[in-house]
Amino acid sequence: MADKQGSLGGHLRENGMLLALVAIVVLFSVLVSMQGKPMFLQAPNITNIFLQNGHVIILALGMLLIIVSGHIDLSVGSVAAFTGAVAAYLTVQLKQPIYVVIPLTLIVGGAIGAAQGYWVAYWRIPSFIVTLAGMLVFRGATLWLLGGQNIGPFPKEFQAMSSGFIPDLTGVMKPHGLTLIIAALAMALVVWIGLRARKRDAEFGITPEPAGLFWGRTLVIAAAMAFVGWQLASFRGLPNVLVVLTILIVLYAFFTENTVQGRRIYAVGGNEKAAKLSGINTERLVFACFVNMGVLAALAGMMVTARLNSATPKAGTGFELDAIAAVFIGGASMTGGSGKIIGVVIGALIMGVMNMGMSILGVGIDYQQMIKGLVLLAAVIFDVYNKNK
Amino acid sequence: MSILLEMREISKVFPGVKALDRVSLTVEAGEIHAICGENGAGKSTLMKVLSGVYPHGSYDGEIVYDGQPLRNRGIRDSEHKGIIIIHQELALIPLLSIAENLFLGNEVASKGVISWPMAFKKTGELLRQVGLNEPPGAVVGKLGVGKQQLIEIAKALSKNVRLLILDEPTAALQEADADRLLDLMLELKARGVTQIIISHKLNEISRVADRITVIRDGTSVSTLTKAEISEDRIIKDMVGRDMAHRYPERDSHPGEMLFEVENWSCWHPEQAGRQMIKGVSLNVRKGEIVGIAGLMGTGRTELAMSIFGRSYGKGHQGTVKMHGRPVDVSTVTKAIQAGISYVTEDRKALGLILEEPILKNISLANLAGIARRSVLDKRREAQVAETYRKQLAIRTPGVQQKVVNLSGGNQQKVVLSKWLFTDPELLILDEPTRGIDVGAKFEIYTIMKDLADQGRGVLMISSEMPELLGMCDRIYVMNEGRIVGELARGEASQERIMALIVKDNGKTTGKVA
Repeated sequence: MADKQGSLGGHLRENGMLLALVAIVVLFSVLVSMQGKPMFLQAPNITNIFLQNGHVIILALGMLLIIVSGHIDLSVGSVAAFTGAVAAYLTVQLKQPIYVVIPLTLIVGGAIGAAQGYWVAYWRIPSFIVTLAGMLVFRGATLWLLGGQNIGPFPKEFQAMSSGFIPDLTGVMKPHGLTLIIAALAMALVVWIGLRARKRDAEFGITPEPAGLFWGRTLVIAAAMAFVGWQLASFRGLPNVLVVLTILIVLYAFFTENTVQGRRIYAVGGNEKAAKLSGINTERLVFACFVNMGVLAALAGMMVTARLNSATPKAGTGFELDAIAAVFIGGASMTGGSGKIIGVVIGALIMGVMNMGMSILGVGIDYQQMIKGLVLLAAVIFDVYNKNK
Repeated sequence: MSILLEMREISKVFPGVKALDRVSLTVEAGEIHAICGENGAGKSTLMKVLSGVYPHGSYDGEIVYDGQPLRNRGIRDSEHKGIIIIHQELALIPLLSIAENLFLGNEVASKGVISWPMAFKKTGELLRQVGLNEPPGAVVGKLGVGKQQLIEIAKALSKNVRLLILDEPTAALQEADADRLLDLMLELKARGVTQIIISHKLNEISRVADRITVIRDGTSVSTLTKAEISEDRIIKDMVGRDMAHRYPERDSHPGEMLFEVENWSCWHPEQAGRQMIKGVSLNVRKGEIVGIAGLMGTGRTELAMSIFGRSYGKGHQGTVKMHGRPVDVSTVTKAIQAGISYVTEDRKALGLILEEPILKNISLANLAGIARRSVLDKRREAQVAETYRKQLAIRTPGVQQKVVNLSGGNQQKVVLSKWLFTDPELLILDEPTRGIDVGAKFEIYTIMKDLADQGRGVLMISSEMPELLGMCDRIYVMNEGRIVGELARGEASQERIMALIVKDNGKTTGKVA
């Protein structure tokens, strides 16, 4: 009885998120067409949603692990700005090639994560304090490194990281052949993974969700992929950012759900003492989560710097809040121990679609902030309400 | 005697569960009335109906209190009439002083300004009444659970209590504190305070209670008077069958030496220079169940946890051997690899991840056992959990059920499953039957017997002497961080164990307790 409710509740949550995303897209499509503007879901807009929000998704992946382990990281915006500045400095001032700049910057990010994670994990200083300090320190460090100036512009290869598109190896070009092939493969993959999970649920005696619901949702996802794929193919093809994002999302989803270390992070957040008494090195895991966050912050920092084609002292302001919001809209628990990668991605996309939709509609930045705040609150209230029901 | 309270045919339905089914309870003025029953029998629900947690209208049946129908809209209503409940989980605020806690919500104030001199004076009087010698300004969190319990009672007295309800008041107390509490109950009775006590501890009930009502599966089974009270009778009514054998029959055949601790010492993690474990030596053979007796706070849990991967204390000294060879137990992982498991006394805080399902809890200490090259095999995980669900008879709709939804006994079985899956040679069980009901206790004992029959060693820490005597081949007696005696099965008795402890106390403190 209760088991059935539990698993249905879980499905409800994810389906609810997806439904909210679809509803928001439909809402903006209607509102945009009512204003007599060009279609909301046209290729450039779709491309832009990923280009403009890639960094939020990347940061949110790392942030999920941090929050699941029972911590928080407020420094990611500053760290992204600082690592962006480091990349710019290496590229523009020191004229280093891209294959030196990227790994070096990622290492700097990892080192920053390690420096913060050390205090959190081994000295048990609250992560809120440590990363609040980090937020100030690395904002200051960014200003110092840039000397209060912007650094740019960048060579083509560096910009390609965030604004490039994959080459069409098929040679069709219009529409972009490789993009279409990848979209078709992805659709098949989604259906296959869904069916496999369903089969496994049945084997474990978990009450599966109703077939109608499953196929309905899978069809919506597949249709969305087909649509996005076609739009992208008829525009300039698959953006590089989307390739990077997809790889990272699949990797992190697999890591969190199917590996020993991933499972242990959830255990640490769920009950640290019980995890410790079960032979789990909780300190090392928390430390690793922060190192990982630093590396992802560096990646996000480079992507933003490349997109803006300049490193600025003000870059990355508020990124930490976007990432944290995406994690909580995505259904992670505030006390740690639960949350899913797919939820976080949907959470970040909801924020991204809203940003773009409201901008197209010409909603002022004042109202945008208020609306986003209320959406975050509503999502968490929905969670708490569901739990208490 | 006149009747103070009559609850007639109370029924209370929660979605899907009938928690109370026409339960009746009559309490006479000035008596101590005990309510007994297994976990989940409905005792606490009945008391919540009485105290207004479930307001009038949310249950069927009627309550007559002091000759008047009682229709509480909330706790305030019942407190106004002098019905005060002290819950199992104390509701004191640890960072506030005794005086602040006592008058919380009922402040000694005029026009919203608190008069602290007055509040402290009243607090002093109330503390004298409950026999607690602490300054009213003392911070509650620094006092022990026993003293906090007394503060709760003082709080009740400050509200002019007529009917005091105590929900398992001694569950977390040491024996001396529990004794003091029971004495206080008898004193309050002499002063005319009617009391209801919910308790699992039958010896306490027979000491203080005038009458007992036994509740089983949401119905009241019987009300016994003092003359009829006997442990066997109460147990029979509680579980609905004769418990001729409270412990499984076992022939023990201790085998070769399995586990040895030599000269084990460790110090308090924070208070420098305070030695908690003082040169303890003990051993367990294969197929043997060995007990550690002693009062709470004598270092039994600290001993076990310090051996298990240095999870307690610092400055560890001494040797741990398995099969006669010294083993490294400096981390939990190494202790597990050496074949040792420790099943904690505090399963909710230290043993389980409550919000996770059964299967994830069972695999937690041996994820390598369900993984190939660090990738989890979820099918295997479900199979493992299913195996233990059947083997240990964990009552649940399925292994996907969250642990938080299980009863205490079934939670304990999940913790046991988790450690069995590490395939230990030695299991240290710390209070394995704490807070679980009589029926589930028997099942846990049977599991222990099976483990010993398989040739594993079991080291059992318990504060319940009857279960040590019923289960163990040998019993070590521990006091103040030392082993003060060792008794074989034939020679052990409650009296001899207590005698060892008392004699030791006389030695160390210069006075006989």
